[in-house]
Amino acid sequence: MVSPDDLTGEHGSLYAARKGVYPKKVDGPFRRFKWAIMAVTLAIYYATPWIRWDRGPHAPDQAVLVDLANRRFYMFQIEIWPHEFYYVAGLLIMAGIGLFLVTSAVGRAWCGYACPQTVWTDLFQHVDRLIDGDRNAQIRLANGPWTAEKIAKRTLKFAIYLTVAFWTGGAWIMYFADAPTLTRDFWAGQAAPVAYVTVAVLTATTFVLGGFLREQVCIYMCPWPRIQTAMMDEKSLLVTYKDWRGEPRGSVKKAEKNPGAFGDCVDCNQCVAVCPTGIDIREGPQIGCITCALCIDACDSVMAQVGRPRGLIDYCTLDDAATEMAGGVAPPIRKTLFRPRTLFYFGLWGAIGLAMLFTLGQRTRLDLAVQHERSPLYVQLSDGAIRNNYTLKLRNMELRPRRVEISVSGLPEARLWIDGGSRETARQSLHMPLAPDSVTSARLFVVAPGAGPARQDFTIAVRALDDDPRGDRETIQFDRPGTEP
Amino acid sequence: MADHKRIDEVTGTSTSGHEWDGIEELDTPMPRWWLWSLYATIVWGIAYVILYPAWPMVHGATEGVLGWTSRGQLEAEMRADAARRAPVMNAIAATPIADLPAKPELMQAAVQGGAAAFRVHCVQCHGAGGAGVKTLYPSLTDDDWLWGGDLSTIEYTIAHGIRNPDHDATRTSLMPAFGRDGILDAGQIADVVSHVRVISRQERPSASSARGATLFEANCAVCHGANGEGGRTVGAPKLTDAIWLYGGDRASIAVTVTQPRNGVMPRWNGRLDPATIKMLAAYVYSLGGGEKAPAPAAEGPGTEGRGADGQP
Repeated sequence: MVSPDDLTGEHGSLYAARKGVYPKKVDGPFRRFKWAIMAVTLAIYYATPWIRWDRGPHAPDQAVLVDLANRRFYMFQIEIWPHEFYYVAGLLIMAGIGLFLVTSAVGRAWCGYACPQTVWTDLFQHVDRLIDGDRNAQIRLANGPWTAEKIAKRTLKFAIYLTVAFWTGGAWIMYFADAPTLTRDFWAGQAAPVAYVTVAVLTATTFVLGGFLREQVCIYMCPWPRIQTAMMDEKSLLVTYKDWRGEPRGSVKKAEKNPGAFGDCVDCNQCVAVCPTGIDIREGPQIGCITCALCIDACDSVMAQVGRPRGLIDYCTLDDAATEMAGGVAPPIRKTLFRPRTLFYFGLWGAIGLAMLFTLGQRTRLDLAVQHERSPLYVQLSDGAIRNNYTLKLRNMELRPRRVEISVSGLPEARLWIDGGSRETARQSLHMPLAPDSVTSARLFVVAPGAGPARQDFTIAVRALDDDPRGDRETIQFDRPGTEP
Repeated sequence: MADHKRIDEVTGTSTSGHEWDGIEELDTPMPRWWLWSLYATIVWGIAYVILYPAWPMVHGATEGVLGWTSRGQLEAEMRADAARRAPVMNAIAATPIADLPAKPELMQAAVQGGAAAFRVHCVQCHGAGGAGVKTLYPSLTDDDWLWGGDLSTIEYTIAHGIRNPDHDATRTSLMPAFGRDGILDAGQIADVVSHVRVISRQERPSASSARGATLFEANCAVCHGANGEGGRTVGAPKLTDAIWLYGGDRASIAVTVTQPRNGVMPRWNGRLDPATIKMLAAYVYSLGGGEKAPAPAAEGPGTEGRGADGQP
């Protein structure tokens, strides 16, 4: 097999080896903010499936549960049926518009703080620092020979990687089954094969993507940075190196010798050392920058040490940059946040959310669907009457058994019965029980006199016989001889 | 093209040498892991070719060391499904058909299984929903039955068929060809038709129908009953109702009297297992015209039928 480095074109290798990224430890407000977000997002991810929520005897008591086997989605007091999947679609649309909103307001904040790839990469980089030491020790170890110490450290580190990865995959499956039961079954070897496969796949992807590929995912694989590049405008927040203030670079000593000849940048390279994607922010905006703002923390602490004002690297829009470069003072950030574009996104986002909440509150939990049997359209009975058959689907979406009445209107002298009954027991309306949280199918037989229009619209209605009389109705046809095409 | 290759000043990367209206393409090196993933797919492909059927040959394909085939997979899935259904099928097989309605879950399973079997074996004549075909095959959805519409009777009809000449237990009867064989002349047939039209309330009584009543009593009542109420032991249809398999207008009835059809149905007891026949009966019963079993336990309806139909 040809080693990638041997494949060369006219101007060097066709394949670029990954440059090692060994981000240095840093402290500052943005780093602490990232800590907080990591803690919150991981806590939500790991803890949510374990929250209990009492729904009575006819439904699971897990607060958030995607019950694929029974086709139900539970989220606290909301239960979604498959035919209500538009709520999930609505949530996805909200998530999409939410990303637009965040991007237009604060740039790539999703990438820098909340993206799972960022959070887990951050976590794995902390593991690196814990086992191998800070940046310089990591570089030394990476370039050094395979000593016993290196082997031991690598083994320990990969073991921790695997543990984190396994925990990540393990938490994922808890959303799809009762968490305590699944945990017991999992360790007893009695869980469904798909559970083990899912955990194995997610363990592998977390291990590889978080432990090794890291920034390569953002730079080469993820489409979102490309989309964001197209979405940002001159009012989007970017992590910006203020070159008009920093250039030309020079050490403090040089600046003392030649006052006025150098900018504020002391060329300490701390911004590069702390960068989790290994870029140099001083080269300007670039796709590798996920705007995690750690370079801001690093630069600010250096500026404090050398007694220069903070913000040589800072969140800044292209407009602000132009203003500052011209010697003006940039407006405060909140003026950038509230502009027509972000307000429009926010309005759209909020409107979809409110509309969904409204329809959630209004939806009936008793639903009727009627299908007219077409083969045959009608049945000639021996006494001259005509029978039509219908398939009823009655959805009782409440978590209690209910009794309902089915009746017809608009069809004179109509009599009906369902399977198990007969024409002798036919009545104008009938009662039937509905099991909780389920669909009941029934075959409805409707008999009406043979004399009448060949095709007649009438209404089949269902209503509950309990404290909530709301129901559903559907208008459908009754066919008599003469309707054949 | 190669002449145009140069190093881009901003990125320090070579251009590919392609240029369109001043727009050039950077020849950015691929990440190295990408090449490793390409090698990994090649390894995967080789393993796949070894393990699974892959190379087309003259008489089939290479078999693969796992021995997997799509037919084999289908067979395994069908076996698994049969095993899954086995308890229900055994329960249905063990339950006398008359007791099925008392076990709603079993009845429901039987109706569903019957519907599936019906779609395979019965729709060719009786139609997708059992509606039959006018002038050819009877509807199974109405409340009119030639041989009876309770569960046991339907099961017997399906198992033994109708007018199978090589089968003793089959349902059989033969309506004479009154016109073709010259038993009645054209005028007499018209009179009988008038009578039948009167008892089915399609015509008012007339002199013709009065003559027809006498002829009916002499020639037809033995099977169709004195009042045309039909006779299920011989599959003689009721003549007083609104359901006419071969048509209830004057011309159609005259044709039937002249040259009866004596329709046939294959028997299924040799081709389908008893449980499937039972499920088919349950399905037909469920189509809307199912009747309650008659109170006294009648002995085999087939033997009864043969006694009364006047055949040797």
